[in-house]
Amino acid sequence: MGNDAQSPDAAASVDFEQVQSTEQFQELRKRHRSFVFPMAVAFLLWYFAYVLLADYAVEFMSTKVWGNINIGLILGLLQFVSTFAITGWYVSYSNRKLDPIASEIRNEIEGHEFDKHGNRVGGANK
Amino acid sequence: MITIATAVDVAALKDTTLLNMGIFGLFVAVTMVIVFRASRNNKTAADYYAAGRSFTGSQNGTAIAGDYLSAASFLGITGAIAINGYDGFMYSIGFLVAWLVALLLVAELLRNTGKFTMADVLSFRLRQRPVRIAAAISTLAVCFFYLLAQMAGAGSLISLLLGISDWGGQALVIIVVGALMIMYVLIGGMKGTTWVQIIKAILLIAGAAVMTMWVLAIYGFNLSALLGGAVETANNPAVLNPGLQYGKSETSKLDFMSLGLALVLGTAALPHVLMRFYTVPTAKEARKSVVWSIWLIGLFYLFTLVLGYGAAALVGADTIKSAPGGVNAAAPLLAFHLGGPLLLGFISAVAFATILAVVAGLTITAAASFAHDIYANVIAKGKADAATEVRVARRTVVVIGILAILGGILANGQNVAFLVALAFAVAASANLPTIIYSLFWRRFTTQGAVWSMYGGLGAAIILIIFSPVVSGGATSMIKDAHFAIFPLSNPGIVSIPLAFFLGWLGTVLDKNREDPAKQAEMEVRSLTGVGAEKAVDH
Repeated sequence: MGNDAQSPDAAASVDFEQVQSTEQFQELRKRHRSFVFPMAVAFLLWYFAYVLLADYAVEFMSTKVWGNINIGLILGLLQFVSTFAITGWYVSYSNRKLDPIASEIRNEIEGHEFDKHGNRVGGANK
Repeated sequence: MITIATAVDVAALKDTTLLNMGIFGLFVAVTMVIVFRASRNNKTAADYYAAGRSFTGSQNGTAIAGDYLSAASFLGITGAIAINGYDGFMYSIGFLVAWLVALLLVAELLRNTGKFTMADVLSFRLRQRPVRIAAAISTLAVCFFYLLAQMAGAGSLISLLLGISDWGGQALVIIVVGALMIMYVLIGGMKGTTWVQIIKAILLIAGAAVMTMWVLAIYGFNLSALLGGAVETANNPAVLNPGLQYGKSETSKLDFMSLGLALVLGTAALPHVLMRFYTVPTAKEARKSVVWSIWLIGLFYLFTLVLGYGAAALVGADTIKSAPGGVNAAAPLLAFHLGGPLLLGFISAVAFATILAVVAGLTITAAASFAHDIYANVIAKGKADAATEVRVARRTVVVIGILAILGGILANGQNVAFLVALAFAVAASANLPTIIYSLFWRRFTTQGAVWSMYGGLGAAIILIIFSPVVSGGATSMIKDAHFAIFPLSNPGIVSIPLAFFLGWLGTVLDKNREDPAKQAEMEVRSLTGVGAEKAVDH
């Protein structure tokens, strides 16, 4: 193995176009995209806002808030906080909204096409 | 309590060389034994490249953190903050936030679709040959830039430990160190290096935690007092503000933007990080490993802030710059200041293990890419057996290693974090557009992929060659030549958007359509994990 990019595996005989067109899969796709895309846009905007401020609003960023701690440092540390928060949020979203439906689809495909030992039985789909 | 800091006596370092090296040598010997033991089970290609897919999410997450927290993070960022103050902190933030791109958009989908290498995914629904070759070439290029930085870091570190400050001596150090690292990879394979990564990540984070607490304790656990100490030693309040390094001119401000862009988009396109997602059995474990590594990496980067300002306050920028190893010596010098030769020996050994493990991970990735993508799939047209493929991989390791050693000698003296940022720029330009398009854009075609990969890679490398990094500046690789016609030292701001544009243009101009069945298969597999390769039992 290892010398063929797509060597036969457990799902070689599945009609993926059919699976793709099912309502269930479209729902999974929608849930995935409606979370990751807005989230990616949001954290990138927040990150670039921070970079721009550090780059072009030096005076603002240098404003001291408490002792020697300035706004720049606080915003930088907030980047850490938001990264941790988004990570946690995504994990809980996936566990609740994505994983159940994904494993349902996976089981359905494997249940239709394979016997209980996980070997291919039919493959008459194509 | 602001008792300021006598500068570290670099000369005193030489008296303790034997002790440093003793601790150091012991550590290297121990990791070597681990690699040997772990590698006894290497039988198949899946073992060699993907460690039999047998690691758990948390083990793999620690290994990812190990891969990611390279010399750039520890030596480079600490040095950058120590010397350039706030501008160095930018690296920590960019390197961390970048993980969200990997977590949200890439990690799980990739784990579900591929087998060993990035090219497996990129060529999934496109024409195999051209895409595979392009992906393998860009993998090799990114690994080369990343390796060069690690070799330069290793050179700095050992030169400091041995007190070697002349160029020839440091070059010799890089050659010896590089050769040692190649040995590791040849023997260990992925499983061996994964264990080294795990052990080293724990030691590195623990070591950095101890130093952080120590520095904070000196300043009464008051961050503001520590910052005050840094201002006092530097005699410049601007170390706390942005712009010390990048605020000088409009060009340098643009360079800062370029750096920020490359950092945040590079991670999810680094082939050696992508390859780590294949060492776990499922996508869920891949997600777990990314989450685990985000926590570890985030924690570590919080430490670097304290370590960097701690080095600025307690050691001083001037001492750091004049020490053997220059800017990269900030963290070891801080260790020496805090805990004498014992802590220095320990921290240096950890830093060295860091470099070693990262080099191992990188060379394996490069070797896998060449052997699996170019040799097995293109040259031998899928007819090579696994043993031949692994043999080709091992030979590739030697070639890549030699190239990296030569590059490392040239790059010696530059900040390691800065050099790694170049690798990030190359990765984000060459790989990210194609990864994102092929996962999320149904219409994407082979021509788009090829244009984007070669265009992004070519633009990034050409811009680096004609940048102040290579020629014309005080710290350039070739000091006496002047062909730096591109003013920015990081090419990201030009090459990354260009690569995204070329991917789009190549696709809309392509008269061929890709097979919709393949697209459906990729999408279903990537989201559900149907048929993904399972763990190999031993």
